[in-house]
Amino acid sequence: MDYNFFIQYWWFIISLLGAILVFLLFVQGGQTLIPQLGKTEIEKTMMVNSIGRKWEFTFTTLVTFGGAFFAAFPLFYSTSFGGAYWVWMIILFCFIIQAVSFEFRKKENNFLGEKTYNTFLLINGFLGTFLLGVAVGTFFTGSEFVVNKENITNPFMPVISQWTNPLHGLEALANPRNLLLGLVVLFLSRTLGLLYFINNINDQTIQERAKKTLKLCGTMFVVLFVTFLAVTLLSDGFAVDKQTGIVSMQEYKYFNNLIEMPVISGLLLTGVILVLYGLIKTMFAKTMFKKGIWFAGIGTVLAVLSLFLNAGYNNTAYYPSTFNPQSSLTIYNSSSSLFTLRVISIVSLIIPFVLAYIFYAWRKMDKVSITKEEMQGDQHKY
Amino acid sequence: MEDLVLWSRAQFALTAIYHWLFVPLTLGLGIIIGVMETIYYRTKNEQWKTITKFWMRLFGVNFAIGVATGLILEFQFGTNWSNYSWFVGDIFGAPLAIEGILAFFMEATFIAIMFFGWNKVSKGFHLASTWLTVFGASISALWILIANAWMQFPTGMSFNPDTVRNEMTDFWAVALSPIAINKFFHTVTSCWVVGSAACIGVSAWFLLKKQHIEFAKKSIKIAAIVGLAGIALTIYTGDGSAYQVAQKQPMKLAAMEGLYKGQTQAPLVAFGILKPHEKAMQDIENPSYFNIGIPYALSFLSYRDINAYVPGITDLLNGGYPTQDGSKELSAKEKMESGKKAIQALADYKKAKKAGNEYETQKQLRILNDNYSNFGYGFIKDESELIPNVAITFYAFRFMVIFGSFFILMFIVITYLIGKKKPFENYKWFLWLCILCIPLAYMVSQSGWIVAEMGRQPWVIQDLMPTSAAISALSSSSVATTFIIFCVLFTVLLIAELSIMFKQIKKGF
Ligand code: HDD
Ligand code: HEM
Ligand code: HEM
Repeated sequence: MDYNFFIQYWWFIISLLGAILVFLLFVQGGQTLIPQLGKTEIEKTMMVNSIGRKWEFTFTTLVTFGGAFFAAFPLFYSTSFGGAYWVWMIILFCFIIQAVSFEFRKKENNFLGEKTYNTFLLINGFLGTFLLGVAVGTFFTGSEFVVNKENITNPFMPVISQWTNPLHGLEALANPRNLLLGLVVLFLSRTLGLLYFINNINDQTIQERAKKTLKLCGTMFVVLFVTFLAVTLLSDGFAVDKQTGIVSMQEYKYFNNLIEMPVISGLLLTGVILVLYGLIKTMFAKTMFKKGIWFAGIGTVLAVLSLFLNAGYNNTAYYPSTFNPQSSLTIYNSSSSLFTLRVISIVSLIIPFVLAYIFYAWRKMDKVSITKEEMQGDQHKY
Repeated sequence: MEDLVLWSRAQFALTAIYHWLFVPLTLGLGIIIGVMETIYYRTKNEQWKTITKFWMRLFGVNFAIGVATGLILEFQFGTNWSNYSWFVGDIFGAPLAIEGILAFFMEATFIAIMFFGWNKVSKGFHLASTWLTVFGASISALWILIANAWMQFPTGMSFNPDTVRNEMTDFWAVALSPIAINKFFHTVTSCWVVGSAACIGVSAWFLLKKQHIEFAKKSIKIAAIVGLAGIALTIYTGDGSAYQVAQKQPMKLAAMEGLYKGQTQAPLVAFGILKPHEKAMQDIENPSYFNIGIPYALSFLSYRDINAYVPGITDLLNGGYPTQDGSKELSAKEKMESGKKAIQALADYKKAKKAGNEYETQKQLRILNDNYSNFGYGFIKDESELIPNVAITFYAFRFMVIFGSFFILMFIVITYLIGKKKPFENYKWFLWLCILCIPLAYMVSQSGWIVAEMGRQPWVIQDLMPTSAAISALSSSSVATTFIIFCVLFTVLLIAELSIMFKQIKKGF
């Protein structure tokens, strides 16, 4: 197996982790829904505990996504995080405040008061998801930076990646396509949050309310997503010449990628159908359909996976520079060495085993869904 | 650029020190909880369940904030040490990825069962989950410490001039480097000391208040044993750490000892007061106002030979002394020359390669390879930059060793008293001492990191990259702003955590 195989394999793993992360943002989406769906204290408690038992996974997936990106594509780590400093920092702040909020909010003497922690959860839910979407938006729209590895021979300014926009990442907010993806991710996470509540909380009032909200929220998501997809597929993309490595703009690049990589368009299509099925069935079934999250969740993973793959495969620059297109990052020019990729590939064989024990543990814990009675008991709760 | 480097360093140090306020308790208390629950599982005695659950509550509060502060450390390598991330990312990234895949998921999965699973899974499964959480936390420590050890002693890689970075060539050399293994054991067992000190201190408080006497004494018993094992291993591996510092980072060792002029049969400074650095540089024979030395100990500690020569700070700058393999050590000036040659050769190599000049390419490559081991010295502008902050390193090291050794006494006495069933709850002053040991243990643990990290400056990667070349191209005001935000945010969260902890302790078992 040659170098290219391992590079493509790692782009697949990164894309998969990214896709799982987006699915797990149902925790963040759920956070944004608590004030809206929970009318009484006990209802809110049920919802907080329902997602509170999962927040660690979203968090850990974010961390592992970062670690794996670092290991496999270090030039991205150094260029994007060091350059788009402010976007990433704000995202990190959003997640730092979340990490303590579940555990601290109901504890006595928690210094800031329960309201503050609830606000933290809202900030994380709204701003965290939205900005993640905006940051990923730049994978399709580009950023302003230069990479020049020879800088390292200049002892006075040896930094190889330089951001050329003084806003250091905040400029991404000025691009409507990035904003659009931000909204897509926000509404997706809320939609998944609703489906998750319906599945995980055994309480008719909450389920009914969630179902009602889903009709609006889910529709919003679908409209936003279709718009984003259309805009992206119709826009120019950053194509790389296979022989020379020169980056140039190509019409309908992302659409062409779908045509040229039927497996990926298959993934996208399957994903979209599954999400729609999960949504529509939950919205319109006569009795409460609780399995929507499974369909929409798997669908989300497939669809997001296909978008990431589309951004990186088929001679496409996945992290383009609009300032200096030749500095754009492709999976080939930003990857680790063959040796390192081999090492971490061997480690990645453990991933199925990790997924298996997570799945097993979840099944054990979720066999009994959350009820009022459990929340009134004296067990550990948030 | 100076400001930028300083702010970036300040931010890293701040966030790492905050992270390290929570990590030792996670690792140390984790073991104690594991032992407690095992006893519950074996004896089926509900008292042990109550005890376990009490400490678990404290564990949970601490864990959450440990996670919050860890996130930023990981991403900071990209945000603030961007050049670093490219220059060594090929090696350094792997442990971080492995940590995520192997360790963090294990922690995250089983901690949920540990907290919420009491009535949902069987007793055996719950016990296994608790141990898996602790185990996960410990392997997370392993991988991050492998990463850290590699920065102190880069190995298993070679420089690739075409990609302009270091690339891994030997994974096991990185993962099983003796520095890494020793660092892992020293760090993790030192965390047991901190966890035990915390558990004993809190229990002592109950004894002072004459509350939960039985539970408190049972907790002390477990903690004292874990603590005793911890401190014995910590001291053993601490000696190993010092030995390795002597081999791989002689400048750090010289700073730790305030040794300005090298000696054979060098004594170890047990305690002393250093003159200010400038004064000491002028009077290298007598760099301290006074000191109490242990004869031969430094030579023995560093090279396992009481006659061995230990180079001092000025010797390391001046070079010329024979190294272990018999060759003459280069002076700092020569290393800086050599480093500049390496950097120039890299630039010329690139030029020649672009021009297609094969002969010149090969020639420059040879120069580069011959001088690469001093690459980082090429970024150093003045040899004085090569000396870390001696005072901080020196005192932090004394603090760790002196107060660290005190813990062995402490744990022996406690084990003895508890074993004898002597009513030591009557010795109020002793209980107060136990309580005081909590902050003391934390300070000892923090000083360990200060020795390790301050002592290695100016290097972020020993000899290959100085901290000042590792930065991201940001404005210093941006980094100053995030520094202030972190400082405020983490302080507020720390206050909240402590306040919740105190309340939980007040409520008791
Ligand atoms: C010797 C132990 C040790 C050391 C030196 C560090 N950590 Fe740590 N870290 C842990 C031991 C640990 C832990 C015990 O496993 C934590 C602490 C509390 C916790 O929840 O897990 C943790 C949590 C933790 C998390 C959150 C993980 C999650 O989502 O569950 C991250 C991202 C990091 N760490 C990253 C770092 C980085 C980048 C470090 C260095 C620069 C670092 N840690 C130093
Ligand atoms: C959690 C325990 C740790 C603490 C308390 C700690 C503390 C510190 C301190 C005090 C400095 C020196 C600041 C200065 O002199 O400028 C520093 C520097 C540094 N440490 Fe650590 N450190 C820890 C663990 C680590 C680990 C595990 C790594 C790597 C994986 C690491 C990477 C670095 C880097 C890159 C620097 C250089 C930046 C700088 O100089 O600030 N540290 N750390
Ligand atoms: C009493 C004997 C001890 C000795 C001789 C000793 C020695 C050392 C040395 C030489 C280092 C620096 C290693 C490096 O720079 O790479 C170190 C680091 C450290 N020490 Fe100790 N130590 C002792 C006790 C303790 C105790 C009691 C604690 C905590 C309770 C502790 C916690 C640490 C920590 C957290 C570090 C940083 C991690 C590392 O570099 O390994 N040490 N110790």
